[in-house]
Amino acid sequence: MIETSVGLDVTVEYFALFRSCARKSLEKIHLDESAPAALYDALRARYRFPLAKELVHLVVNDEYSPWDKALQPGDRVVFIPPVSGG
Amino acid sequence: MFRLTEAPIEIRAMRDTLSNPACGGFVSFEGRVRNHHQGSEVVKLEYEAYPKLAISEGNRILAALKQKYGLSGILCVHRTGELSVGEIAVWIGAIGVHRRECFAAVSEAMSLIKESVPIWKHEWYANGDDEWVRCSHEHEEAPADQVIRHGRPPSGPHPVATIMKEDGRRRY
Repeated sequence: MIETSVGLDVTVEYFALFRSCARKSLEKIHLDESAPAALYDALRARYRFPLAKELVHLVVNDEYSPWDKALQPGDRVVFIPPVSGG
Repeated sequence: MFRLTEAPIEIRAMRDTLSNPACGGFVSFEGRVRNHHQGSEVVKLEYEAYPKLAISEGNRILAALKQKYGLSGILCVHRTGELSVGEIAVWIGAIGVHRRECFAAVSEAMSLIKESVPIWKHEWYANGDDEWVRCSHEHEEAPADQVIRHGRPPSGPHPVATIMKEDGRRRY
């Protein structure tokens, strides 16, 4: 769990490449700022995600969300690496 | 309707759900597990999905194509979990009055699914390596109609995310 000062709690779920890097499927994180980009940058540094933010889509509460929309307490966040189904 | 399944795809059952005596056209596509990728021998692979979003995104794509081509029905089933070479990874079927719209819808559905449905392929190779694969759909069919794209991620399609290693294989 990444601890900071005051702020909001969110849940981050990991899939595919990011799950492999983080070695976990889910964690609760306490944030001191609500910008999803800051969260991604922190996780990218912590788990060495090999993808720049520009290559990743943001999903909040099971819906695609723009990067400039602030996170809210209790949000479930998923960062989507490039897909490869089919 | 878009489905995910961990079990082998039962083609006959899928076909039987697409039946309408008013329709003279039925087209289906099977995507099978290849034994090679970018010059490496593939020994097995695994598909991982974000189920809730994959199903909602898949259903959005199929509903839009059904309307666009005036189909009687369109169905896609995608495997998750571990698959062997030769197994069917994805099956799409479309039924309509005539063949043309069925061919077009199935081809377009495959492109859109590969492009935006959150499913990921993890391959293992004969040399012991493994990797999360980035599909090369940018080299395949022409982009689908913009009308179908309105519900896709806000920032558009994923840019190509590749780092070419010494062996020339596409990697993250």
